[in-house]
Formats: sequence, structure tokens, C-alpha cells
Amino acid sequence: MKIAVCVKQVPDSWAEKKMVGGVLDRENVDAVLNDLDEYAVEEALRIAEAHGGNEEGGPHTVTVISMGPERATEAVRKALSMGANDAILVSDAALAGSDALATSAVLAKVISDGGYDIVICGTESTDARMSVVPAMLSARLGWAQLTFASKVVVDSSGKVSITRVTEAGVDEMSAAFPVVVSVVEKINEPRYPSFKGIMAAKKKTIEQKDLAAVGVAAQSAWSQVKDATPRPPRAAGLKVNDEGSGGEALATFLAEKKLI
Amino acid sequence: MSTVLILADFSGDHATKTTAELATAAARIGSVSAVVLAPAGKGAALAAAVNQGPISNIIVVESNDFASHGVAAVADALAGVVKDKAPAALLIASHAFGKEVAARVAVLTESGIITDAVDVAADATATQLVFGGSTTVHSQVSQGTPIITVRPNSIDADLSAASPAIENASAAISDVAKKATIASSQPPVKGGRPELTEANIVVSGGRGTDGNFSAVEAFADLLGAAVGASRAATDAGWYPHSHQVGQTGKTVSPQLYVACGISGAIQHRAGMQTSKTIVVVNKDPEAPLFDIADFGVIGDLFNVLPQATAAVAAKKG
Repeated sequence: MKIAVCVKQVPDSWAEKKMVGGVLDRENVDAVLNDLDEYAVEEALRIAEAHGGNEEGGPHTVTVISMGPERATEAVRKALSMGANDAILVSDAALAGSDALATSAVLAKVISDGGYDIVICGTESTDARMSVVPAMLSARLGWAQLTFASKVVVDSSGKVSITRVTEAGVDEMSAAFPVVVSVVEKINEPRYPSFKGIMAAKKKTIEQKDLAAVGVAAQSAWSQVKDATPRPPRAAGLKVNDEGSGGEALATFLAEKKLI
Repeated sequence: MSTVLILADFSGDHATKTTAELATAAARIGSVSAVVLAPAGKGAALAAAVNQGPISNIIVVESNDFASHGVAAVADALAGVVKDKAPAALLIASHAFGKEVAARVAVLTESGIITDAVDVAADATATQLVFGGSTTVHSQVSQGTPIITVRPNSIDADLSAASPAIENASAAISDVAKKATIASSQPPVKGGRPELTEANIVVSGGRGTDGNFSAVEAFADLLGAAVGASRAATDAGWYPHSHQVGQTGKTVSPQLYVACGISGAIQHRAGMQTSKTIVVVNKDPEAPLFDIADFGVIGDLFNVLPQATAAVAAKKG
């Protein structure tokens, strides 16, 4: 079984983010592996482990696939230190500022050339928060879409069953290989990279490719930011100490604001 | 006048308020056609439920594939309507399902996509609040049909009665879209409370509840509010993750957000700071959430909330 995990390096969610020239300034901000992708890496490793593990030379492999600037090797390395076997990072100056459609086109080409059985993604990145790339990958690859999974079971015949959880309810879904899966937060508890894992990751291969090596043409973004304006910070309003009538003061405030 | 498509949004057999919100935004761009995707034989009934908002036309597509194959089948049918009608834009509700449908339709129709819009102008420019609501962005699609997902509760809906013309279209659903099969579906468990992202009022609890949400829920129920929770509360197992508000949870933008026992880490603020009015109850006078509160009470939520519940009940008569 060949498993691919798509990951993204994102600005640290604690960091202050700014727009420069209509795109997110990724240069001057701490960058980390997208939180939600750690669940995808963990789930990929668990699926491999349920079928005997992903030891070198064995039948099951977990490959990390990412698109981003060359410094995204840091995030990729973290996924490798958790236990993935190898990685492919697509870096090309022509990809700077690309949108989800362009990203999905590049990732889909890498995935279809790699001959994978399952692609696993997080549900969204904490920077753009669009939640669209897994569905786009499924549409581009023509593979089954099994997204927003809170549980994934892969049987030996290559049937993948998931429990899909969204605000619309809970669905039990299944499909045969190849499939695109996205996993929700809390599907598992991502492992911390061990010291051994961190050392081993330094020796693992990160294959760096540009667009020519991937074999896709650069695609400009199909939506453009016209302007971006920082919103004025909210000013603090009235603050009262509860000296026995705090609840009544709250009710009065709501009534004055016509909120009740 | 150009046609603008919206994907009618349903909860069971009822069109949601979001449908009227989408229609209200779409009507600024052109004449609104609502696409109703229904199980075989139920198209007329579901179309009749789309009865509010500036909707001049309804396009009904019936297929049982929508229920058995989900997002991919819906996207195929919708892409077929887009190719047929060549609309000026396609507006879809910005929830998990809607965003995935939009994503596939964008690929199928080679169109640009903008998600999580809080407003849409007559020229299809979308307004988004990014980076946890700290930055306002205006964006436009430059390729194909602008596909825009609009956050529920962001647009004041024109709820006037609609009496649209109804037409039927056939579904063109590819084999690819049928590769994943839904064996069973259960609607969300609803305790009579509104959906978090659609609610006009949200009352949330955090670490300060110490696992006891009874006071939070009682106040929420009196206000007709949804109940939210901080990541600390959901990680502790005190409340389901589906109720988590914040960077890795839901983003809400209600008329009123009441945060109880939530200190206000930046991740939480990212999910609620675009709320119109923010009220904070916290024992800790230094809680950062007080900085963005329109009204704050420094006190124990187990004293303040029951008293506020009683006082609001009295005012409501």
C-alpha cells in the first residue's frame, strides 16, 4: 500500500500575519507544519501500522508531499521525523501566490505520477482556511472523495471506510482504492517525534522538484485580492466588578442593546 | 439582466435562512435562480420550501445519487447547470459541504473560487475577513464563473415572500462521482438549539466552567442561543469538539457572543471576534478577552449567569 500525505507549511498561528501586495507575507513570519496536517500524518502511519508497518523495504510506504518555498523542508522534515518514509517538495518561484486551484493541480500531478493508493490530507490549513484542496484533488484525479473523516478503516482488499462528520450530520461512507481522504482534528493523537525519529529524518530523502520536473505549467491564480485593510482593533467597553449584582447589570446591558 | 445561481441550502426539508441570505447577495448581481437538488420525486416539495428572498426562478434537479454519493454527485449536477446557464456568479453556503461542492465545481468548470465571503457586491467582489477577522480583504474571481461561498449569518436577508417560476433540469452525474458510496446518514443531533454558525446568539463556556456547562446552557436556552466552547473545554472532554469556537474550530459571527470563563487566547479570538457584540464573564480581571468586550463582568460565572438568566427572564416577562 502506497500512502501519500499532503502537508503545508504555514505561518505559526500565534504569529501576526500581514498582507503584502495582495498575498500573505510568508517571509517574515515563523513557519510551522500546519497543525491539522499532523493528524493526517499520524493517520497515515496508523493505517500502515495496522497492516504491518512502513519499515524500509516493506510493502507499505508513507510519502509526504508538499508544495511551498524551499524553507518548507522544515515542515516536511517534521512529518518525516514522525515516521514517514520519504518526501517530495515542489518548489518553484512561479508558484508564489498561487491559489488552491493551482496548488491542487500541482499536487494532483505529483500524486498521479506516484501511483499511490490513498492520499490523506488535513481538513484545512490554518492560514487560508478554505477547506477545498482535498475535494479539488479528488475531482482532478477522478478518485473517490472520503473527506472530513473522524474514523478511517482500510481493509486488506483495498476498501476504505470512513465516518464523515460535518455540521450536516454523520455519514458512513466507503470506496475502493484509490481514494482521497481528509481527516478531522481529534481523529487521533499525533505522536511527538522521538529523538530517534528526528535523527532518522535527517537522513531521509526529500526530493525537491520544480514545475518542469513535475511536468505542469505554471497557472496564475484565478482570484485576485484587490485590497486588504487591517481592521481597527475593537475597543474595550464597559467592565463591571460583580459585587452581587453583576448578572443584573449584564441583563440590563442586553436590554439596552435590544439584544433580548 | 444576467442570471446568478445560488445553491439552495436545506436543513431536512426546510430551506435555511442561509438560502435567503444567498439570494439577497446574488440579487445585487443579477436575476436569481436557485438550484434545488432533490431526491427523485421530492423536487416539487423542496422547491416549494424555497419561498423567501429575491428569487425569480428555481431550477430543480432530481436524483437519488445526491443522497448516495454526496458532495461529488451534487457538484457534478451543479456544474452541469453552470455550464448550461453560464451565470454571472454562483453563490453557495460556506459550510463544510458547501465549500467542498464549490471546490469541485470550480475544477469542473475551470472557474476561480472565493470562500468564506461575508459580503458580495454587485460586481461580484467578495469581502472576506481573514487572519482571525483582523484584516478585511476584497477579492474578485478572474477566470470562468465566479464561485463564491458566503458565510451564514453575514448578510441581512431579504425575507420577503418569493413566488419563483420553476423549471426542471436533468442531472448529469459521472461515474467518477459515484465512486464513494454513502451507506447511512444521520442528521446532526439537535438539542433544540440552533446551529452554531447560523445562530444569532452564541453563549460559550471555557476553562472557567470546570466541566459544568449547566449555567452556560441555561442562559443559552433562555436566549435561544447556540452553545459554544473553547478549545480548553473541548480538549478536556467537557463539551463535544463540534462546538469548538476558534482557529481550529468553528468561526462564528453572531449578533451577540457571550464568553463565560474563557480567557481569550488568540486562537479563540480568531473564531469569534467579528461578532457584533461581545460580552465576557470571567473571574480573572486580566483575562485578555476583556480587551475586546463591549461589556464585561468580573465575577464567577456560577453567580453571574444564574442571576442574569433570572433577570433576563423577568425582563422578557
